[in-house]
Amino acid sequence: MNFLKRTVPLVIAFVMGVLMAMQYYVPHRLSQDLLEVVSRWDRIIAGFAVFIGAYSLFHLHWTRIKRKVEGWGYSVFVYFGAIITLIFGFLNGGEFFWNNKQEGTMFDWLYYYVQVPAGATIFSILAFFIASAAYRTFRARTNESTVLLIAAVLVMLGRVPIGNYISQYIPAIADWIMAVPNLAAKRGILLGVSLGAIATSLKIIFGIERSYLGGGD
Amino acid sequence: MILIKNVLVVSIILTFFSPKLFAQSPNFLIPPTEFKAFDTPNDAGETISLTWPVSPNDSPDVFYVVYIDRDKNGTFEKEVIRIKSNTSYRTSAPEIYGYKKKNSNYHYVQIFPKKVYNGETLPKKQTLYFKLAMVSDDTKVFLDTIASATAHGNLIHTKKINNFVIMIIVSAVILYFIVHARRNPNMFLRKIGGLDAVDEALGRATEMGKPVLFVHGLTSMGSISTIAAISILGRIARKIADYDANLKVVNNDPIVMSVSQEVVKESYLEAGRPDAYNSDNVFLVASEQFPYVAAVGGIMTREKPAANFFIGYFYAEALILAETGATTGAIQIAGTDAYTQLPFFITTCDYTLIGEELYAASAYLSREPMLMGTLRAQDVGKGLLIIILVLGTILASFGLTFITHLFEAF
Repeated sequence: MNFLKRTVPLVIAFVMGVLMAMQYYVPHRLSQDLLEVVSRWDRIIAGFAVFIGAYSLFHLHWTRIKRKVEGWGYSVFVYFGAIITLIFGFLNGGEFFWNNKQEGTMFDWLYYYVQVPAGATIFSILAFFIASAAYRTFRARTNESTVLLIAAVLVMLGRVPIGNYISQYIPAIADWIMAVPNLAAKRGILLGVSLGAIATSLKIIFGIERSYLGGGD
Repeated sequence: MILIKNVLVVSIILTFFSPKLFAQSPNFLIPPTEFKAFDTPNDAGETISLTWPVSPNDSPDVFYVVYIDRDKNGTFEKEVIRIKSNTSYRTSAPEIYGYKKKNSNYHYVQIFPKKVYNGETLPKKQTLYFKLAMVSDDTKVFLDTIASATAHGNLIHTKKINNFVIMIIVSAVILYFIVHARRNPNMFLRKIGGLDAVDEALGRATEMGKPVLFVHGLTSMGSISTIAAISILGRIARKIADYDANLKVVNNDPIVMSVSQEVVKESYLEAGRPDAYNSDNVFLVASEQFPYVAAVGGIMTREKPAANFFIGYFYAEALILAETGATTGAIQIAGTDAYTQLPFFITTCDYTLIGEELYAASAYLSREPMLMGTLRAQDVGKGLLIIILVLGTILASFGLTFITHLFEAF
């Protein structure tokens, strides 16, 4: 059992890790074909995993409804939304699901007039959250937050026409802040991230990091 | 009379030496002096490269047309590419020609024979022949030269050798420190506030009897940040099992969910509390970005977790999730390598693992010597990069830019 649960996954991780790392340096057709095959496997596995995800979702909400836990009404709505969408998806505008997908059906209507606006509504909340987060951050309580406040005000003014009306130097200062200190910090983070990603990859390829298999050893 | 004569002489001279005037006079098209075809290096064997020097006639009104044939003595009727004569230079292919100044004196195009002979089967190692013509209005001038090449795949991408060498060096350093760490397990690690606060957050959740919410980012299992997040989840789940607290893990990818379930289950098993594991606590909430945000936000406001962990790669949802969590009064620990979202997490969370700290977390929490060795290797790698950056800056300040191209990725 340990062989199947530990050794086999570790061998697969090592072989595929080394193979795919080397694949990056080999431009030959065979190498490209290997990448295509592996990517196709990934898509197939992801396709099957959707069923596991759907089971998890429906099982969780069914349990919530059955036990009448707080907010179980939302779980009813999950079933309602899923069933309505499935019905119209299967109907496919009267052509049924075994034919090509039809345009302008109720399924499309649900997507364009329910899901998309609902998503846009959630996204629009971001503007208010940015304002509240900015208010909290820009309170000049420490030296660092004072520097942040000044830099943020200069960048914000430099990005709108009024900044240029106040002083022609403000847009130039804003550009300098973005192109020099901001970019330097960003690159510093990216270099650290890249080294971390390489180290993590090596730990997984050589079986040193095994926690993704479950357990710590 | 002398003035008229002088004006005429100047006009004639200008007519011969001004490229723009040539372009307006198609009768005087001067084709390039040479025309070469070659197999494009470092590819899968699908393209052939063509190059020729610029002509004094080059202008937007003059075109270069390349014809292809499988036979050297063929009719060359198939037009393969048509470009304006003031476009497509070798400067667009630094991976082949580097950054020489004279690159702008040569045109360069790539031909995809399979696309040209779409639907026809080309035998392997088929030599193809090309003819170049200059076209302006009704005038067409062919070069006498017929160029030929055979496309074949390459086994090594020579322009990626720099990347390969760096990978070998960095890998060697990491492996050295892993082996070194086994012999010297008491390695010094700088404190990472966000990870030291994990115990505090879990303790608070245990005391309050409220759940701990672990929020995955939006990337799939193929992303290295998701793998790092899974590793951290395993460590946190182990501690939660020890503390007998309640862990909830929300996912937006079914594969990540399956792996998370397995990792949490194993952690509970390892802690000797397999009975405490409930697979319904590691669940899929939604597979799309904003439905995911709405669902997780709902969980936060209804269940009011004592601690929120945002670990992985996040996009626009980062601030909405973290700000919602902040309003519920939870201790919040975020860890991401998405530098665009870091300011939002730093603003709204109590502790944030910045970039590389996300990858260091697993080693830091487990304190396993071999894992900690990689952290030392990362620091040595950073030291090397700093040396290279300083050296590059000094050299570039003196006009020596070769080091820039030495580390260029193609």
